[in-house]
Amino acid sequence: MDWVLITTQLLNGLQLGLLLFLLASGLTLVFGIMDFVNLAHGALYMIGAYFCATLTELTGSFLWGVLIAVPVTAAAGALLEISIIRRLYSEDHLDHVLATFGLILCFDTAVHFIWGPEGKAIPLPAFLDGRVTILPGIEFPTFRLSIILTGLILAFVLYFIITHTKTGMLIRAGASNRQMVSAHGIDIKSLFTVVFAVGAAMAGFAGMMISPITEASIGMGNEIIIIAFVVIIIGGIGSIKGAFLAAVLVGLIDTMGRSFLDTLLKLILSAENAETAAPALSAMAIYILMAAILAVKPQGLFPPKGR
Amino acid sequence: MRDQIKKGCYNYALIISAGLLALLPLYVHVSGDDFYLDLANRLMILAIAATSLNLILGHGGMISFGHAAYLGIGAYSVGIPAYYEIYDGLFQLLVAITVSGLFALLTGAVCLRTRGVYFIMITMAFTQMAFFGIVSIEEYGGDDGLVIDTRSTFGNFFNLEDTVTLYYFVLASLLISLYIVKRIMTSPFGMVIAGSKSNERRMQSIGYNTYRYKLVCYVLSGCLCGYAGALLGNFTNFISPEMMDWTASGELIFMVLLGGTGTLLGPLWGAATFVLLEEWLSRITTYWHFFFGALLIIVVLFARGGIDGLLKRLRLT
Repeated sequence: MDWVLITTQLLNGLQLGLLLFLLASGLTLVFGIMDFVNLAHGALYMIGAYFCATLTELTGSFLWGVLIAVPVTAAAGALLEISIIRRLYSEDHLDHVLATFGLILCFDTAVHFIWGPEGKAIPLPAFLDGRVTILPGIEFPTFRLSIILTGLILAFVLYFIITHTKTGMLIRAGASNRQMVSAHGIDIKSLFTVVFAVGAAMAGFAGMMISPITEASIGMGNEIIIIAFVVIIIGGIGSIKGAFLAAVLVGLIDTMGRSFLDTLLKLILSAENAETAAPALSAMAIYILMAAILAVKPQGLFPPKGR
Repeated sequence: MRDQIKKGCYNYALIISAGLLALLPLYVHVSGDDFYLDLANRLMILAIAATSLNLILGHGGMISFGHAAYLGIGAYSVGIPAYYEIYDGLFQLLVAITVSGLFALLTGAVCLRTRGVYFIMITMAFTQMAFFGIVSIEEYGGDDGLVIDTRSTFGNFFNLEDTVTLYYFVLASLLISLYIVKRIMTSPFGMVIAGSKSNERRMQSIGYNTYRYKLVCYVLSGCLCGYAGALLGNFTNFISPEMMDWTASGELIFMVLLGGTGTLLGPLWGAATFVLLEEWLSRITTYWHFFFGALLIIVVLFARGGIDGLLKRLRLT
């Protein structure tokens, strides 16, 4: 086997996993604490990317674009929470799914209206646009490597905040028992808004990170949000640790499946059968994983405690 | 007494709607405009699908976010035989119902072990699997879909090539489906399902194996939706994996909720509103999805009980 290819694909898988984690962490917190199913999380991923594209054009620099677009996306998230989402907490999951499905339609159309039907490419600055040698004989795109590094740093910061600060304690307490937290005099409403805004910023950031590779486009969040849901279901709703492990697992399985499954299948099947079965199986792999995990552990790998 | 009158009104509403629908081809024949016939066909087929979803979602409390899978399975049960030049409608419908039932049995056995939001997501995951499964089969068009060149034929008796024949076939299917679902809902079996929606633990302690009952209900619903999918494939003459997209499942849920969950005719009103609204809005503006989305949010926030609830409230006061 080709070790250079394997290492590169492992890194690609890790990069996809960390991107998924950025999306899934916000999703799992919103889901865990507020018991709110937010399909529109993918829309925040999309508008983050579009904000970044416009700001990069205006400022002429990708870095400034990201630095300004992140707080703007957070503000958009907070606005969304205060105006609409807040009214939905008391409804049941079915209503959440429906209302946020409606929000997706609104966001997609609004983006179409403002930015037009074409996608928007985001140019990278020169120092991110090259390739670096990470091991002798193995080169990897600088930008993808920087996604991995920022992803790891953000995951660590988030983990630290959740486990070692007072806000984090409140968030964890909120995930276990909302009423009890608010009975202790904590302003749970504001906490919800903050968590939602942070989740929006993380999702938007993920969108900004992927757009220089794929470009920002309408509906870009609709497919990845489903995978992010798979991630948080596998990881256990409300668990950051679970989301991280599941995201990396899903990223690796998806990437490795797409590149190596046909080679593996050729060991047991005829070449022709392997060629047809491999794409189907690799596209389904993460869903099969999720179904298998839920069949054994109906609440995911790290189930929420105290409920 | 008043209840009886109300029930009478309700039945009359159904009979009048069915009568109007039955006369529609006459109007189309006179005016020569096929458009309304197509609209009504789509409306009724989606109404059957929504009715089948309502059986598990509204009546049984099982929120399936993957019901579009059965539409796709049904449609491909027409498309794939047609690809091999087998146009026998009975065979195609039988395949549609059997495969849908099997898919529902296999996935339902896993899904029903979970509850709440996990159930929503795992039903969706299975539909995504079916979606990607079809996408990756190049033989049947993959991403691009498949054209059905000839619609189903039923021996020498009739075939669905003629739009009016298809129309009456769909109308009869809709009425029969509504009747079957009504019988299921009011049967002892339906009572067990409704009971496990409101208090599953109590049903279990009475001695019912609610898991089995729910699984049977899940399979029945899948079969009915597969049937609707076969009609849809015949109607559109073109099938693609898009039919199983998760947004299609979302739209089915919307129809059920808009019409009113757990009621017999709710899904019919819901599908009608959905189709007519889509048609009307898309004529006014290219950005009609925005207003559609906004309407969804408004329905969730303000319109409890859907259209059926609204009708009932109007009749009460």
